[in-house]
Amino acid sequence: MDTSRQPPGAPADTAGARTAPTMRFNRNRRRAEVQGRIAHGLFLAAALVSVATTVGIVVTLVVESTSFFSAVSPWEFLTGTRWTPILQPRSYGVLPLVMGTLLVSGIALLVAVPTGLAIAIFLSEYAPERARRILKPVLEVLAGVPTVVYGYFALTFVTPILQWLLRTLFGYDLLVFNALSAGVVMGLMIVPMVSSLSEDAMVSVPRSLRQASYALGATRIETATKVMVPAAFSGIVASVILAFSRAIGETMLVTIAAGATPKMTFNPLESVQAMTAFIVQLSLGEAVHGSLEYQTIFAVGLLLFLMTLAMNVLGHFVVRRFREVY
Amino acid sequence: MQQQGWNERFNPRLAVRKRVGAIYLGVFLAAVLVGVIGLLVLVAQVLWEGVPWLSLHFLTDYPSRFPEQAGMKSAIFGSLWVIGLTALFTVPVGVASAIYLEEYAPKYWVTRLIEVNIANLAGVPSIVYGLLGLALFVQFLAMGRSVLAGALTMSLLVLPIVILASREAIRAVPQTYREAAYGLGATKFQVVRDVVLPTAVPGIMTGTILAMSRAIGEAAPMIAISALVFLTFIPYTPLDRFTVMPIQIFNWVGRPQAGFQGIAAAGIVVLLVILLSMNAVAIYIRNRTQKRSEE
Repeated sequence: MDTSRQPPGAPADTAGARTAPTMRFNRNRRRAEVQGRIAHGLFLAAALVSVATTVGIVVTLVVESTSFFSAVSPWEFLTGTRWTPILQPRSYGVLPLVMGTLLVSGIALLVAVPTGLAIAIFLSEYAPERARRILKPVLEVLAGVPTVVYGYFALTFVTPILQWLLRTLFGYDLLVFNALSAGVVMGLMIVPMVSSLSEDAMVSVPRSLRQASYALGATRIETATKVMVPAAFSGIVASVILAFSRAIGETMLVTIAAGATPKMTFNPLESVQAMTAFIVQLSLGEAVHGSLEYQTIFAVGLLLFLMTLAMNVLGHFVVRRFREVY
Repeated sequence: MQQQGWNERFNPRLAVRKRVGAIYLGVFLAAVLVGVIGLLVLVAQVLWEGVPWLSLHFLTDYPSRFPEQAGMKSAIFGSLWVIGLTALFTVPVGVASAIYLEEYAPKYWVTRLIEVNIANLAGVPSIVYGLLGLALFVQFLAMGRSVLAGALTMSLLVLPIVILASREAIRAVPQTYREAAYGLGATKFQVVRDVVLPTAVPGIMTGTILAMSRAIGEAAPMIAISALVFLTFIPYTPLDRFTVMPIQIFNWVGRPQAGFQGIAAAGIVVLLVILLSMNAVAIYIRNRTQKRSEE
């Protein structure tokens, strides 16, 4: 549809009567077309900024990591089980950081997936319009709270409660910094992500499926769990994957509440260090440009970027590949 | 069962199934309560701890080693600088990108690439943007750990949000408006500038405000850029060093002395009040335009 090239009315060519208004019209027209071409170029350039951002991220991470990997072998980095980059003897095995990240994110998913899915089912199958209109903004607020606030909440509220619970129930003294508290609060943080994406998936299931289920005599819960959830399954899985990716990349909460001790452990009661928390720890020390510490941040950042990228790609792939087509 | 007329082979066990349904409904409601109560408890705890520490001097004083004297002046001004510059950079680029994708872009692989790319950028962890900013703006372009470097980093971080919101606003402009303008002989650019953009402005503003409220709460990338947590001056030029509110809060949370937990909470109260007012403005704009388009 190229309307811009049609000279509307085109009076100039017809009569040869080059009156003053026609000439002004043509001049304006030409100016508008030149403006349009410049604007088109600027709009395209703006759209390419986001492509440049991706290129910039990949280039900076790879360049700095290359320097890092000329000092530390990639094999040692990826398989080593000791992470002491700023303490002697130095050791650059990233697995403890990965483990810390996965431990906290795993706990978060254990909290967020059942809760988020239950909320999604409630909102799409049960909730009257008025309840939806109140609940959805509440969940949006939950998603909009800055993560440093969640960190504060985990450290000063959830951790003391967990400490008290574990002491009275099992006589166990929980450390101030632990993976459990960070994971539980992170779960609360990503509930809105699971619930809103899953709800979107369930709402987009055709109404006829639900009606058919009711017509066959199914109860509401049977319709929800045996018809709606399976029909929306790809969307639900994608919501979980994207929430997981968000959890892996989450920074302030794990820095504040999970601790700074890289450790190979699956014990949620211990203090760990997540990959993001390590980056913050070293950034606070203003790592000098060109030093191995500086490059270490980028190597961990590259691994983090690749992990979240894989998750995001997988999430979008699941939606596209396994979507039930109605 | 017999007297109800059921066939022996057909036993719907309705009572049991309904009871199961009721139990599940209870579980679902409990899950909803987890979310709602979680938010309420969080807000209540922050208010409980923070409000006693709130005072005028908290807003107008610099940080201090003593919690009683500490304030967040430098952090508030730093945040204002960063948000102001971020809006200045992001809005033109984001809106222009959105216009390109909605109004100009032909359906070919470059367009698809840009779209996939924006979707993926939205999923990149914020700390990674911090690393990009550190390597690109702070080191390579030699801006130092300045407000400008921080704002540019933040702009790249929120750009996908602004683009997505602006695209939705532009898509919501009725096609008939465009056709009417073309019918009057307007060029494509004139249609975009004089018809599409003015109609889409409220939607774009709503999206922009929400993007800025995301930016104002981001700590991780700003730590990678600024690294500073204790600053007793405010930036006067874009090349000055800076700190922002979430970094200041992070610093206070990490201090063991009891008083600092209190002023951390007070800082959070200030941050949340700013966030809520930004969201309220966004919702107000959205509701007003909805009403107008119904008239």
